[in-house]
Amino acid sequence: MARQANKPGLLFSGSDWDFGKLSRAYEAIEALAIEELHLDIYPVQMEIISSQQMLDAYSSVGMPLMYRHWSFGKHFLYEDLLYRKGGRGLAYELVINSNPCIVYLMEENTMALQALVTAHAALGHNHFFKNNHLFRQWTDAGAILSYLEFAKSYITRCEERHGLAAVEAVLDAAHALMEQGVFRYRRPPKLSSERQREGLRERLEYEERSYNDLWRTLPSAQESKKADGVDGRIAERKKSLNLPEENLLYFLEKNSLVLEPWQREIVRIVRIIAQYFYPQRQTQVMNEGCATFVHYTLMNMLFDRGQISEGAMLEILRNHSNVIFQPAFDDPRFSGINPYALGLDMMQDIQRMSTKPTAEDRDWFPDIAGHGNWREVLLEAWANHRDESFIRQYLSPSLIRKWRLFVLADGADEPHFEVTSIHNERGYDKIRAALANSYDIGAKRPDIQVIDVDLLGDRQLRLQHRVKDGIVLDEGSRDSTLRHVRNLWGYEVSLVAVDAQTGAVIHERSTSQIAE
Amino acid sequence: MPIFIDRRLNPKDKSLGNRQRFLRRAREELKRSIRDQIRSGRIADVDTEHAVPMPERGTTEPSFNDNKASGNRQHILPGNKHFSPGDLISKPGQGSGARAPGDKASEDDFRFVLSREEVLELFFEDLELPDLVKLNLKEIHAFKPRRAGFAATGSPTNISVGRTMRNSHGRRIALRRPKQQELDAILQEIATLESEPGGAATRQRIATLREELERLERRRRRIAFVDPVDIRFNRFDARPIPNANAVMFCLMDVSGSMGEREKDLAKRFFVLLHLFLKRRYERTEIVFIRHTHEAHEVDEDTFFYNTQSGGTIVSTALDEMHRIIEQRYPAAEWNIYAAQASDGDNFAADSERCIKFLDGKLMRLCQYFAYVEIIDEREAHIFRATENGTSLWRAYSTVELKWPNFQMSRIATPADIYPVFRRLFARQPAVRKSA
Repeated sequence: MARQANKPGLLFSGSDWDFGKLSRAYEAIEALAIEELHLDIYPVQMEIISSQQMLDAYSSVGMPLMYRHWSFGKHFLYEDLLYRKGGRGLAYELVINSNPCIVYLMEENTMALQALVTAHAALGHNHFFKNNHLFRQWTDAGAILSYLEFAKSYITRCEERHGLAAVEAVLDAAHALMEQGVFRYRRPPKLSSERQREGLRERLEYEERSYNDLWRTLPSAQESKKADGVDGRIAERKKSLNLPEENLLYFLEKNSLVLEPWQREIVRIVRIIAQYFYPQRQTQVMNEGCATFVHYTLMNMLFDRGQISEGAMLEILRNHSNVIFQPAFDDPRFSGINPYALGLDMMQDIQRMSTKPTAEDRDWFPDIAGHGNWREVLLEAWANHRDESFIRQYLSPSLIRKWRLFVLADGADEPHFEVTSIHNERGYDKIRAALANSYDIGAKRPDIQVIDVDLLGDRQLRLQHRVKDGIVLDEGSRDSTLRHVRNLWGYEVSLVAVDAQTGAVIHERSTSQIAE
Repeated sequence: MPIFIDRRLNPKDKSLGNRQRFLRRAREELKRSIRDQIRSGRIADVDTEHAVPMPERGTTEPSFNDNKASGNRQHILPGNKHFSPGDLISKPGQGSGARAPGDKASEDDFRFVLSREEVLELFFEDLELPDLVKLNLKEIHAFKPRRAGFAATGSPTNISVGRTMRNSHGRRIALRRPKQQELDAILQEIATLESEPGGAATRQRIATLREELERLERRRRRIAFVDPVDIRFNRFDARPIPNANAVMFCLMDVSGSMGEREKDLAKRFFVLLHLFLKRRYERTEIVFIRHTHEAHEVDEDTFFYNTQSGGTIVSTALDEMHRIIEQRYPAAEWNIYAAQASDGDNFAADSERCIKFLDGKLMRLCQYFAYVEIIDEREAHIFRATENGTSLWRAYSTVELKWPNFQMSRIATPADIYPVFRRLFARQPAVRKSA
């Protein structure tokens, strides 16, 4: 490894990178991260890719392996066009929640950028993936790549056997329901079929061992229910199907009357991928904030130790400030709150509060103000929160003032927006709650559940949309999505919109009303 | 230590399969846009990439989404400058919550580029070309490698041994690499000195000789016999296989009886002929001649879009074509192709003139002359059955019998166009005309 450093101690000089420099930089950054920030990471696998390959990865939802579908081709065309026209730059990196953690680095990056990206993705994101409870509980980092490998080859085999059009029809329908294909509240059933069977066997054995003839003489629960008549039968029916069920894809996969086994498997693949991404969507601010905080802190530490030259640091800072740029709401460049900026600011705010608290901080955050060890506070926050709870817990008045946040009430029937809260004593709580709610994906997405189906009767699948705050579904996309549900279910499907507060039926729509 | 993997050399176009699936799904719509572009564009431009608008139908991805114009929401925005609680701000536009964060710009005005192959595939679709012909038309120029000097880089199979050894020799001389003979001479001397008994002087001499020997051997090791800098490769240049020039005459009757449909069919016919010619010749030019009762050479736009009133005298166009050939395209240097489209109307007396003109002058100059008569779809089955026809058709029939390179056909739908070319293809490779 030829070292052309002109100053001792520098990790690299010049803007070109090579593998020697990359690995030297990685080792220095990793050592620092573990020693100073106490990060805990998966082993890292860095892959160098070209811009074309980055675009490929973009269009297939960021995964290195993906089955083929026309919608990915369409997204590729959009991304490609935006990139070519200069409308959008490409990400410098892409990181995959897997074990080992795969980090893609773009070949065009300069060495300074590669160092920045290493700290950001290989350490920041990596630590978050490994330690955040959502990822720990809901995703299996070790298995995702082999699962995608299986999914890809399985779908290719299906295309060969059943034809492109048949596979496409199932995928289209399943994609339309991806949002409704996750378990929001209960953990997905994780037992592998092998262990499941074993458990069943054990239970049967136990029942045989502990058989007591006396139990037979007890009046059965069913008899007492029968007395309730129709309502009772419906209740029993629902119970046997585990209704209501929020995961539409899961319900269809298990109970659809028309799907062939291979079609069920495809629905299952889509559902598992949707579930895999669900934690990422709930932790955007935290994930990016964590990574940005880590890269910013580490790069400054390296600079302070004289391991990064001033020129490289300047480049790093310039890129850093581009990433965390947050225009005000009336700026033409405004496009919502930048998760990088919000996450970084909140985490730096926590750092400030633990070391230099003000009287106000002590008032609002007695637990962490003056705690002294900001590393511990942050590690705990990274491990235990998602965006919604993190904001609810840690957004401080001083940050609300710094960002000059305000809440705008928007009633569809009103001709005006109304400013309801601003950054003052009375508004802090409300702004914090409103911002936290806006990051609660479970509450933001339409709440649609399967409530009933009479398998022995007309087999009509009844869905219910609980309408919150009067926000109804867009009619065009609702109808075409219902058509997809019908294709998977095989019989009529109806969707009833019910007001969440009053329980009043707003309207009802059935596939029989929708023209094909 | 992280694992590094260099993926840059992985196969490209990982998303090609997705793109093909997308194009297949949007096929109908894409075909329509390509057809519109061909109708309004230039003949020679068919053979390139085309930008098309993003197809709308069949490529939406629906899901249950909130209606943006309903219900009560809250927006949390940064950068408050002068608002206080209770302030009312009138909504921009018609109250559709235009400032809702996350609103994406409409994707409708996207245009993306279809490659040349994809364009041709779509263009060929209802022309019912045989697959082999499609392949032939889509194929890019054939190239032939030719020697073009030497290069410092290349593949090992192309090493030029002579050149490499010459460089190596020059370098060895320049750097004074000790020759084998010198070493041999010293070894010889040592051997002779050692064989005869000697005193101190001899031992001294042997020692210096050995030292010298070692020095020379070290030097030989340092200066390689063949060094990487010596190596030269034969360089090859990919040159297109030489092809001659061709000129294509498009003749069309533009009198009032030729409507939109007739012109569209004629244009497809011309486009296809142009594609065929372009494959076969290095350089193709197109001449447009339109005629009513008199003929003019015009540019492409005028040819297809300007109307002109008047009677129909076909021989004027042939006359004009002959004049242009005489002037600009000497038959010895150019392969001359002509394509004539008409609805068959002509002055009865003029048809005789046409026969004479073709027979006497033009057919001798032309590589190929194709006449298409565009007929009504409803009349198609009547005309196909009988040899009767319009006056021009009957007249040209006699020419067809006499000249093998004269082709005539009636076209009612796009699928009828290809058979006209069948003869043209059967005669491949191109027969160079005797000058």
